[in-house]
Amino acid sequence: MLDLASWTSAIHTWLLGLVPEWAAILLECVVVALLIITLYAVFAIVLIYMERKVCAFFQCRIGPNRVGKWGLLQVFSDVFKMLQKEIINMRKSDMFLHDLAPFLVVTASMLTFACLPWNKGGHIIDFNVGLFFMVAVSSIGVVGILLAGLGSNSKYPMIGSMRAGAQLISYEISIGITMLTIVALSGTMQISEIVQQQADNGWNIIRGHVPAVIAFLIYLIAGNAECNRGPFDLPEGESELTAGYHTEYSGMHFGFFYLAEYLNLFIAAGIATTLFLGGWAPLHIAGLDGFNAVMDAVPGAVWFIGKTFFVIFLLMWERWTFPRLRIDHILSLEWKYLMPISLINLLLMALVVVFGLGINV
Amino acid sequence: MKTMEENKDLQTPAAAEPQKPADAAAPAAKPAAADKPAAAAKPAAARPQPKPEVPGENEIKPRLVELSALHDEMKRMRDEEKMDFLELITGVDWGEEGLGCVYNLWSTETGRREYVKAVCADRDAAFIPTVSDLWTIADIYEREVFDFYGIRFLGHKDMRRVFLREDWVGYPMRKDDKPEEQNPLNMENEVLSDTTVEYNRDADGRITETEHVVFAPDDYMVNIGPQHPSTHGVLHFRVALEGERIKKMDPKLGYIHRGIEKLNESYTYPQTLALTDRMDYLGAMQSRHALCMAIEKAASIEVSDRVQVVRTIMDELQRIDSHILFFSCLCQDMGATTAFLYGFRDREKVLDIFEETCGGRLILNYNMIGGLAADIHPNFQKRVKEFIPYMRKNLKEYYDIFINNVIARNRLIGVGRLSLEQVVSGGCTGPSGRASGWHNDVRKRQPYAAYGKVDFKEIVRTEGDSYARLLCRMDEIEQSLSIIEQLIDNIPEGPFQTKTKPIIKVPAGTYYSCVEGSRGEFGVYLESKGDKSPYRLHYRSTGLPLVWIMDTACRGELIADMMAINGTLDYVVPDIDR
Repeated sequence: MLDLASWTSAIHTWLLGLVPEWAAILLECVVVALLIITLYAVFAIVLIYMERKVCAFFQCRIGPNRVGKWGLLQVFSDVFKMLQKEIINMRKSDMFLHDLAPFLVVTASMLTFACLPWNKGGHIIDFNVGLFFMVAVSSIGVVGILLAGLGSNSKYPMIGSMRAGAQLISYEISIGITMLTIVALSGTMQISEIVQQQADNGWNIIRGHVPAVIAFLIYLIAGNAECNRGPFDLPEGESELTAGYHTEYSGMHFGFFYLAEYLNLFIAAGIATTLFLGGWAPLHIAGLDGFNAVMDAVPGAVWFIGKTFFVIFLLMWERWTFPRLRIDHILSLEWKYLMPISLINLLLMALVVVFGLGINV
Repeated sequence: MKTMEENKDLQTPAAAEPQKPADAAAPAAKPAAADKPAAAAKPAAARPQPKPEVPGENEIKPRLVELSALHDEMKRMRDEEKMDFLELITGVDWGEEGLGCVYNLWSTETGRREYVKAVCADRDAAFIPTVSDLWTIADIYEREVFDFYGIRFLGHKDMRRVFLREDWVGYPMRKDDKPEEQNPLNMENEVLSDTTVEYNRDADGRITETEHVVFAPDDYMVNIGPQHPSTHGVLHFRVALEGERIKKMDPKLGYIHRGIEKLNESYTYPQTLALTDRMDYLGAMQSRHALCMAIEKAASIEVSDRVQVVRTIMDELQRIDSHILFFSCLCQDMGATTAFLYGFRDREKVLDIFEETCGGRLILNYNMIGGLAADIHPNFQKRVKEFIPYMRKNLKEYYDIFINNVIARNRLIGVGRLSLEQVVSGGCTGPSGRASGWHNDVRKRQPYAAYGKVDFKEIVRTEGDSYARLLCRMDEIEQSLSIIEQLIDNIPEGPFQTKTKPIIKVPAGTYYSCVEGSRGEFGVYLESKGDKSPYRLHYRSTGLPLVWIMDTACRGELIADMMAINGTLDYVVPDIDR
């Protein structure tokens, strides 16, 4: 298995030979930041294209097919169109909050994005309470959405952001508890460690069998809700609130919300991959050594991205099948069903761990 | 002049004979011209009147009721004669006689119809007692009459304009009004008032004004529309919210009003047909069928059996088209985008069938006075026969993807419940009314075209909620398919068009005909003075009562439910803003 840690440390030593340590670290930070932003943009474009095509096939349509071969350039042209658009400031809005909101949303999503384990040794932010950090920074997005509603001084965004606040805060509980379930199984909060364990002992979804599968399903539901995506897209609630909390945004400010929405989808799927599907760990089947060797030859990043896109496909399937829920149904789904089930599930996982019932490959 | 008269006599000797001997033709022309001073400028009017034709079978003879007795008489009719359904109030400007209204009443229990006429001679201060306390639908009908004719209804709680701007000057449907002169292009923003006026007559006979508040200053108001994805057109609801709950809503109409009824007064009868397709674009066939039927019956024009059967098939295809679109739009409103496109996939097939025969997909222009614009396409029967099993199969998919889905059921069952009394009083015909248990299908109650010959069920449910309205329409698709199935192989041979006179004139009189449109009863009120254009042509909009019942249905529900309710009530805005 390719370990990126050796590469990064080699680059670090090489840099230390040229510049003082503070400069080396600063330089590395800048490079990494650029890397994240580039990856962020690339994935957003890929996801938007994928969403359009997947949704088109679900809906007996063809999807974009005019700009470029198979419509491949459609998203690029959309991005350029959006970059050209004027950012409109409304007279009675709170200009500061209104302009701050999209940056908060994008920052939260980028910080969470940085936590994903891309490969063995290929993580950007990784420390002993990594998972905790991830949950914490992803919650900043809610603040952005609430500010968007408040700062717009308009009624649709206000209602939309109130809904978003209620929904996101509620579903974070389920997400937190399902993460805790995996933390209980792994015994660590460090993301690299969680993945390494899965590479050694088998994927968590197999290792933790029943409670892990339940946690995975709950995560898929709650994760979709966290991304504000259908059937939980009522903060945007197109048919009721025109565009919900970002009704009053234009140009790239709207673009940031749009970008963050798609990246949050990737992040939600990425976390699911990390926690349940082994992150960058290749698929191993006990006993088939030849098969395992072939699987090992595939780079970890490919595994991670591949699995993530599989989960994204599941989430898209969910989105393009169901009608939108109503705010009271969403909250009762969370508080009456998902949260109690995930709490019991946590207990179940604790029992599995205590009595050593897990399956280690 | 003399030669003209003689030529005319030669052409139609039978028409001129009863009125005057041939040698007295020239002197007789003068009194005829004097009778109609308004039209004297046109030389054509000086011709001798043709033989008065017998008014057709759909003539109505409204009974004149004194204004002072109007309210009591209407109340008596509602309570004692079971005239539960106020079909239509038509404002008419009778010139010298005054302004007034014609009330169409229909007892859905006994099937009896009554027509009442109220006239107010004073054009400057026209006041008629309201009946809005007897039928809730009178609320909007009377406001419409006020808006266009300036008749104020005594005791009506809300005498605001509803279609026109509140600062509009004049009453455009009056024959002597000059809308363009009084209303230059207005670049000011329209300010909607939050208060309204009620007029009453006190003991001394003076008119008193009482002010009512529509929305209080501290109400949390949200505008749904005029541009909004879920209003299905340019419609404006002002909604007062309590959290996410709806406290009150006030529809504001007229954003796409084109004055079709006013235009019709200067059009010849064949010209009036062109505008019906542009009202309810999902009921184009049926609306036009109603107008053709009204004119044909009034002018005693026979249409062949072939035409009747083809019209029936077309009406039912249009109904399927409309109900599929209803399903699609409801799904879209509820966020189920995939189900939305499933509907569009199937609707495309219906539109293809229309396109082949009519040339149009939305604006069909197919029915004509006395028949059809063209015979059916040779492929028509084959395509329709292919469509029936295809649609039956795909209808099951609708249930799988949306109707039986747990989220959809949770959002529709019990939402926007309307009781039988509410729909009858609110005049909600069509599937929206039938979902509350009201038997109101015109096809059953007053069969027209070929509906008397086919076997079908009137779909009636009793729940009255949004889900029932959805299921009603889905079941109606099946019934429509069955009607088409029974007729498609039995289209009789015959001409597709009856020969009519080059200029169609309807004998003087008042006529009313109605059909079952895609979303309710579509009626045509036609008043003729014997000319080549109608004196007054008024349509019973199928959507107007449905928009008006929104307030009743939505109160206390969440704002998300409003989309479910207006989706399932299924109105089409151009049909409201005629």
